[in-house]
Amino acid sequence: MHFLPEFVLIFMALLFFFLSLGKLPSNTLRRIALAGAIIATAATMAAFNETGVYFFNAYSIEPFSQVFKLVLCLGFAFVIAMSPGLLGVKERLNAEYYFFLFLSIFGLVLLASAAEFLTLILSFEIASFSVYVIIPFRRKGKGYRGQMEATLKYIMFGALATGVTLYGVSYVYGLTNTTYLHELAQIVPGMIVHDPLLVVGFTLIFCGIFFKLALFPMHFWAPDVYQGAANETATFVATMPKVGATLMLLRLITLLDHVPSVLTIIISILAVSSMTIGNLSALVQKDIKRLLAYSSIAHAGYLMVGFAAGNHQGMVASAYYITAYLFLNITCFYVIYHLAPLGNNIGFSEISGLHKRSPVLAATLAVGAVGLAGLPPTAGFMGKLLVFLAAIDKGMYPLVIFAVINAGISAYFYLKLIRAAYTDEAKNDSPIDMNLFSKCLGCVLIVIILGLGIFPRPVIALFDLAIENAIPLFL
Amino acid sequence: MAYLIYNTLNYPIISLVLALPLVGALVTLTVPDSQAKTASFHKIWGVVVSVATAIVALPLYTRFDSTTHLYQFVEKRGWIDALHLNYCVGVDGISLLLVMLTVFIMPVVLLCSFTYVGQRHKEFVFSVLLMETFMVGVFVSLNTILFFIFWEAMLIPMYLLIAVWGGERRDYAAIKFFLYTLLGSVFLIVAVVSIYIKTGTFFIPAIMDHPFALEYQVLIFLAFALAFAIKIPMFPLHTWLPAAHVEAPAPGSVILAAVMLKMGGYGFLRFCMPITPGAFHVFAPAFIVISVISIIAGGYLALGQTDLKKLIAYSSVGHMGFVTLGIFVGSAMGLKGAILQMINHGITAGALFVCVGLLYERTHSREIQDNSALGRSMPLFLIFFVVFSLSSFGFPGTNSFVGEFMILISAFQKNMVLGFCVIPGAILAAAYMLQLTQKMIWADDDGHGVDESRKGWDLNVREGLTLSFFAVFVFWIGLYPTPFLAVMEESVAHLIHQYHQGIALETQGAAHAVLISLKALLGSLI
Repeated sequence: MHFLPEFVLIFMALLFFFLSLGKLPSNTLRRIALAGAIIATAATMAAFNETGVYFFNAYSIEPFSQVFKLVLCLGFAFVIAMSPGLLGVKERLNAEYYFFLFLSIFGLVLLASAAEFLTLILSFEIASFSVYVIIPFRRKGKGYRGQMEATLKYIMFGALATGVTLYGVSYVYGLTNTTYLHELAQIVPGMIVHDPLLVVGFTLIFCGIFFKLALFPMHFWAPDVYQGAANETATFVATMPKVGATLMLLRLITLLDHVPSVLTIIISILAVSSMTIGNLSALVQKDIKRLLAYSSIAHAGYLMVGFAAGNHQGMVASAYYITAYLFLNITCFYVIYHLAPLGNNIGFSEISGLHKRSPVLAATLAVGAVGLAGLPPTAGFMGKLLVFLAAIDKGMYPLVIFAVINAGISAYFYLKLIRAAYTDEAKNDSPIDMNLFSKCLGCVLIVIILGLGIFPRPVIALFDLAIENAIPLFL
Repeated sequence: MAYLIYNTLNYPIISLVLALPLVGALVTLTVPDSQAKTASFHKIWGVVVSVATAIVALPLYTRFDSTTHLYQFVEKRGWIDALHLNYCVGVDGISLLLVMLTVFIMPVVLLCSFTYVGQRHKEFVFSVLLMETFMVGVFVSLNTILFFIFWEAMLIPMYLLIAVWGGERRDYAAIKFFLYTLLGSVFLIVAVVSIYIKTGTFFIPAIMDHPFALEYQVLIFLAFALAFAIKIPMFPLHTWLPAAHVEAPAPGSVILAAVMLKMGGYGFLRFCMPITPGAFHVFAPAFIVISVISIIAGGYLALGQTDLKKLIAYSSVGHMGFVTLGIFVGSAMGLKGAILQMINHGITAGALFVCVGLLYERTHSREIQDNSALGRSMPLFLIFFVVFSLSSFGFPGTNSFVGEFMILISAFQKNMVLGFCVIPGAILAAAYMLQLTQKMIWADDDGHGVDESRKGWDLNVREGLTLSFFAVFVFWIGLYPTPFLAVMEESVAHLIHQYHQGIALETQGAAHAVLISLKALLGSLI
């Protein structure tokens, strides 16, 4: 029972490995993958109340890990459900594509339970390497060079980031003689106050995590990867690894107990720069995926505000924020999918007049954009509110003021999306063909975004429970 | 809770008023908008829902207890425990009239859109009904977060109203409106959160009773005032208004002028004055000067306009200048005048925009010279138009006279010089309005015969109904304002009490001396 989600995911991965030997039609493969993702979500729910420690205390199952497994699997199910077929991926690679996708989510689920540094990094690398492989799976087309460039950038930067993280881990291990998080939680809080090397160690570890989050200055890969990868891959890269990175940060910052002021300053500066650079660059983007990439760089900045606050409230806020971000991004990519029947990249001209071509898509895009802009009553607003509350509680007024000004700037380009969808004349009047399932999915996403924003109570309670148990169990 | 009187009606009246338009809006989504038949369904449906809302809201006024300043018809439910956040709504004497204004204006807005809005009726009705929920929400929220949510949520439907159904430069105007108001309110959320951290509550009446240090008050006041000054709008932050007013479709202009501008004034009364009385006191002279500039500049700019809508837009700047003047003078007379003036401006400017809208349907131009010499072809229309023009510059016997007169009295009570400074504003208003009516009725018409192309231009029943609705209120408030003033009496008295108590407390703090000297400096200007 304890390992049910892990078993389901690894089983699915292996299943697709064998399926890749045969030649099933891609629609069947997609149904199998969707069923697998839904079963995995059900499995995480079934295993939700379990607790336990395994593998020499390296693998801990407690509320924290279970909550994030649920978020990961649920998000993953949506990522698979929203694509009307792998439009942007070479057809003969479909089975392999799902194999790596399941492997990646398997790695992230392991990450949620990893209670020891090496396990943590191994899980993270399983997740990352699978993604490195699927980026060049994109169908050949005009942008063929694009996906190769994206892949190379992602691998190079990714390898560098992993190296930096490992270097940081070596510092922490050298100073504390342990890689177990629960032991670190007892040693580090007292030690970090008067040991600057430990601060250096943790900063280096954080760098690797910031890379996954595409936080400034580790953000260079994001626009190219989003643009170069197939739409499905970009959705996955934009959402899942970021949840993983966030949960890792949550664990580590909780074990620091009291974030040293140097780290707070570093995080705050990175947060402000990330927001500013992300938002200002997004203003001039023409490709929607590139725009979303810069928007995600900015959102990584807002997320960091919660971490900079570093208190329990801030952790809960960041966890809520990443969940909101997850669904908002899935929503925007959902619209992109349906606008690009050939898996191509889209610009503003494809969105214009969307309300005529498909009212459901237009409404979904509007809600997604409003949410990303942080306007009420969406999940995006509630996320920002919680994050700001935590930061102001710590008296971080400058940080919050920078953040709200940035939110104001960002509203412009999100509004541009709504404007294109609702006011511009369509160049192409043909209605968009969507089946009932896709339409319902759009409505479900709208309901989730508004629901998370208006009734955040259960979700906040869930993360409250998770963060209280962020220090792994120990036998 | 000593602040509240819970709802004693056997149904949740305020929630119902909030929910009805929302549900109505959602219903429109289920009906397709393909044929002419469904378009007329949407039109009728919009009017039915908004009239039903107005009827449901009526007991708010009839059952209102005007002998107390407490919040009435209150409903309170748990919402987000982790933040001690409740869903809490209620009305007092200050918000009641604004709520009534909103729910009564909305049927008219929908009624006057029947022929003006030529396409996409479904989305139009959806947006307008959504706006109604949000606008009422702003006035009834007793919780800062709830207030902020409604305040920001309004932006998107209003943006769409301007950007989809607007005039030629709608794109520019809509984005300008959106960004101006959004940037104005980014600090609002910081202030709201900061107050929560200080006091541990989002509950507005409890925050009012919390004394803050003056330096802190100044920051909070400025954060609030920026948002409200943009919304109302005050000179030099008014530039979004002419653009938005001119480019918005007539129903959108009515919503903007009649209700949305009032939110700035409401904000000053609900937040700035009772929560930060010390800072309010310090900055009052500066804001009075700005108000006077708004009045004069608005009037002066209106004088030079050749575009009907622009003229009314600039006149709005002037009228709202009177409102802020009344608020910042800080006497009971001024406050009552300001609240009444907000209602009056809602009625008068709303009516004028409806007039312009139906003229535009006929001439397809907003230029005054294209709409001149209508005296023979549209006599009935012009009767209404003249009534509203007279009301606009505060002719005795019309509604605006009462409000403006009260504000003028309060200004003279405060300072003779100030009073005399405002007089030219009132004169300017008469000048541009009379000039306008002269051109519209006569221009250089030789008085012989009716232009054939203008036959049958006069009002039809629907339009006549819309305008007479406004006209009733123009004369009702003009001749017998007592029922309107009576409901706000206690609440205004309480507000003044809170204000004076707050000023008396203002003593501690290092920067205090600096602020006091700043105040003296500002005071010496007038």
